Amino acid sequence: MLRNLQIKDHGNETRLFKRRAIVAISVVIIMMLGIVARLIYLQIYSHQHYSTLSQKNRLKIVPLPPTRGLIYDRNGLLLAKNIPSFSLELIPEQVKDIDKTLERLGQFISIRDSDRAHFKRLVKQKRRFQSIPLRYRLTEEEVARFSVNRHLYKGVSIQARLIRYYPFGKEGVHTIGYVGRIDARELQRIDTANYSATTHIGKLGIERSYEDELHGQVGYQQEEVNAQNRTLRILDSTPPIAGKNLHLNIDIKLQAYADKVLGDYRGSIVAIDPRNGALLAMVSKPNYDPNPFVTGISVKNYSVLRDSPDKPLFNRTILGQYPPGSTVKPFIGLAGLDAGLANNSLFCPGWFELEGDERRYRDWKKHGHGETNLDKAIVQSCDVFFYELAKNLRITQMHKFMTQFGFGQKTGIDIIGELAGLFPSREWKRHKRGQAWFPGETVITGIGQGFTLTTPLQLASATATLAMNGLRFKPSIVQSMQGNENVEPVQQLATRYKSVLLKEPQNWQRVKRSMMRVMHSARGTARGSGRGAAYKIAGKTGTAQVFGIAQDAEYNEEEIDLRLRDHSLFVGFAPFEKPTIAIAVIAENGGSGGHIAAPIARKVLDAYLVGTEL
Amino acid sequence: MILDSYTAANRRRYSFAGSLHLDAPLIIALLLTAALGLVILYSASNQNEAIIIRQLTRLAVAFGVMMLVAQISPRQLRFWTPWLFAIGIFLLIAVLAFGEGKGAQRWLDFGLLRFQPSEMIKITLPMVLAWYLADAPLPPRPSRVIVCILLIIVPTLLIAKQPDLGTSLVIASSGIFVMLLSGIRWRYIFSAMIAAISAAPLLWYFMHDYQRQRVLTFLNPEQDLLGSGWHIVQSKIAIGSGGVYGKGWLNGTQSHLEFLPERSTDFIFAVYGEEFGLMGILVLLTLYLFIIARSLYISTQAQDTFGRLVGGSIAITFFFNIFVNIGMVTGLLPVVGLPLPLISYGGTSMVTLMIAFGILMSVHTHRKLLSQ
Repeated sequence: MLRNLQIKDHGNETRLFKRRAIVAISVVIIMMLGIVARLIYLQIYSHQHYSTLSQKNRLKIVPLPPTRGLIYDRNGLLLAKNIPSFSLELIPEQVKDIDKTLERLGQFISIRDSDRAHFKRLVKQKRRFQSIPLRYRLTEEEVARFSVNRHLYKGVSIQARLIRYYPFGKEGVHTIGYVGRIDARELQRIDTANYSATTHIGKLGIERSYEDELHGQVGYQQEEVNAQNRTLRILDSTPPIAGKNLHLNIDIKLQAYADKVLGDYRGSIVAIDPRNGALLAMVSKPNYDPNPFVTGISVKNYSVLRDSPDKPLFNRTILGQYPPGSTVKPFIGLAGLDAGLANNSLFCPGWFELEGDERRYRDWKKHGHGETNLDKAIVQSCDVFFYELAKNLRITQMHKFMTQFGFGQKTGIDIIGELAGLFPSREWKRHKRGQAWFPGETVITGIGQGFTLTTPLQLASATATLAMNGLRFKPSIVQSMQGNENVEPVQQLATRYKSVLLKEPQNWQRVKRSMMRVMHSARGTARGSGRGAAYKIAGKTGTAQVFGIAQDAEYNEEEIDLRLRDHSLFVGFAPFEKPTIAIAVIAENGGSGGHIAAPIARKVLDAYLVGTEL
Repeated sequence: MILDSYTAANRRRYSFAGSLHLDAPLIIALLLTAALGLVILYSASNQNEAIIIRQLTRLAVAFGVMMLVAQISPRQLRFWTPWLFAIGIFLLIAVLAFGEGKGAQRWLDFGLLRFQPSEMIKITLPMVLAWYLADAPLPPRPSRVIVCILLIIVPTLLIAKQPDLGTSLVIASSGIFVMLLSGIRWRYIFSAMIAAISAAPLLWYFMHDYQRQRVLTFLNPEQDLLGSGWHIVQSKIAIGSGGVYGKGWLNGTQSHLEFLPERSTDFIFAVYGEEFGLMGILVLLTLYLFIIARSLYISTQAQDTFGRLVGGSIAITFFFNIFVNIGMVTGLLPVVGLPLPLISYGGTSMVTLMIAFGILMSVHTHRKLLSQ
């Protein structure tokens, strides 16, 4: 083979290789310079950018929740506190098979379907590495059982959190309210930075209305974390500032007692200190235990509350709008005195007619009261006297006078959501109904029927104003706020509204004395409730029609449906000489005010003024 | 045999390294780099002493093998070359039939010994090409070039089939480097390059899904932040945040807080860049450049074509490994699983590498005086 015998030119091959080696080393150097250029780009030109990214990787800002302010009653009893609660939590990212894990956990920790549903919902909302509560309020036994088995459950842990607890349960719910998990709508409203560590927010009552004060200021902790998001050390921290403690005007024992004496009636009791507007008790019944709402009430239990015809969720003290019935009579009487129209007596035949009108307005007493003056009309609650007085006062004057006591207006109480009630006027009817005012409507307004609607709070507040001879205060639940345990509570000053001024101030006494005789005279409608009292009471009963009764129709209380029975009302204050408490009681469908509402009020007054029952 | 007493190597035996058939500058540079590697690994492994001891053992074994290989004369190496290559190909076929490994079949299990035949090909392919080309005058004629191409394609495809894209790339390259060094005319080389570039879409067609994903991720790493894009993004953050002087040894947050994946193996360069900065990297690159330059110099001093071509190919392949690894870690190249030579934690490739340097030293220290 000629080719194989070819003589190799060693010198030439060596030179050829050297040339190629020089090319090679040149290419190597050029490529290395390329690497260096890339590194200069990364490490010098983009250094700032990547440094920031590297910091972002390793630093985590963890918000620290502030401790929610406590709520005390006027005697320092705790109404809302924070109790440590052990909850079972899962980090979805670290749990392999969530369903299986839940099933296994269920063998020694009770997990209800509702817990499971709540958990599943949260899993969808939260990020994969966040700890999500499955069960709240583990018992000590459950904590112990889990602790023994914890090594078997990666990503499952027991967390101690503070949760809200209301020791008085249902007796405080309508006033104090409760906190619940922040929902989507609230999320829009709140300052997300300040709530970044907070899970619960005030939903109702004081908890909602004083949310900003109770919540406090979030704290922060800067942590170093690894790629698994595990905290390795704490670099820096700003402690949270706890929310303010609230001291209420409410006397929870009085409220609980009022709750008890209202018995099984649906209704409301509002007691107020007329000297400053401090609310002593606010009862709305039926009521319910707020504690399940804190950890998430089950759909079933919630719908029972929501669908109950007794409407337990409804706070009657500020939302219940009732016809005030005869309880307005002292106020109308005062309006009459101030206008100089109530000084004469008239003859009550048991009915009243407007001139040129066939319609008869009945008195509650079928055969009439006979000769009646203002005092008798209040003491015995004569309707005809007030029909006549209302006719003479006319609606405009009545509306103007009653508005001064707060009828038809919000009282300005420091919990959100109260309703204004209604005291009608010509303007109101024209605007809202598009109709002219009829004289007959003036007549029945005189006895608190017709369009007139009041809340129990309004009635109590107006009664307090009457007790104070026109001095009117804004009703308030919160007495003082306390930044922390070591500082003196800051008193909330009583807010005074414009006083009701009479042309002749002695007329206050005239009406109030008649109210006293409602309780303490032989013919008073509430004489039974005034008997044997250690102090003098002034009061007025009311029996408000729930539905219209056809003219001249007889009606038999026993025969009509319980829910269509009259509401039983009472307003009053005591002691007569120096009032320290004003009260409004409404027992829905209770019937006669004198028989039902007044005795209840007496018991509450006794409890507050004598104090043996508390 | 009489001439043996007149070998240049004989004169070199007066030096200690020479007497052991070793090249002192090269072995010092290799040892320095390996020592630097241990320092980096100590940090990258989160100060895991067990890992350091294992790596030290591997280094000792690898340097030992290197010294043994250096004792074998190039002539013997050349004699055994075709047989070793044939065995390598046979084992590659065997590994496709019986091999094991996660996701890809790369290993042969001989009971006590687990062995990657592709490592054997890494060394024997350049050798067999050099052996073949040394027979005839250089530059090679086209018919010989075609034989060479076949010799390259067969093992490359077999390894790509395992599938091990990184290794097949390295092996194909090492073969191509032999041919480039053999003096093929530049116009052929440039035509081949153009052909290769236009064949790139064909390569895409043959790729596995995970390989395609890697290429896509390389083109747009931010798109797949939780998947394989995470590697590139975190590695760039590590290097970039290191800056000029680095965060200091053991102070790299990206590596110590586990943001950086594969930090002891393929991505160890990012740990180094984060903790030692641009300055540290320049030191390492200088060491590498010295090793490459010294290896190329040794090749130019070789007395025969076989030694020259094998040596030159070893030098360039060494660089190719470095470039692909750093290119990958700095986001210049797609992620292919190639370790950083002498630094990354791992056994087989370290031994292969040191065998290659052993061959280089053998070439250098067995030169005969007369041939010069």
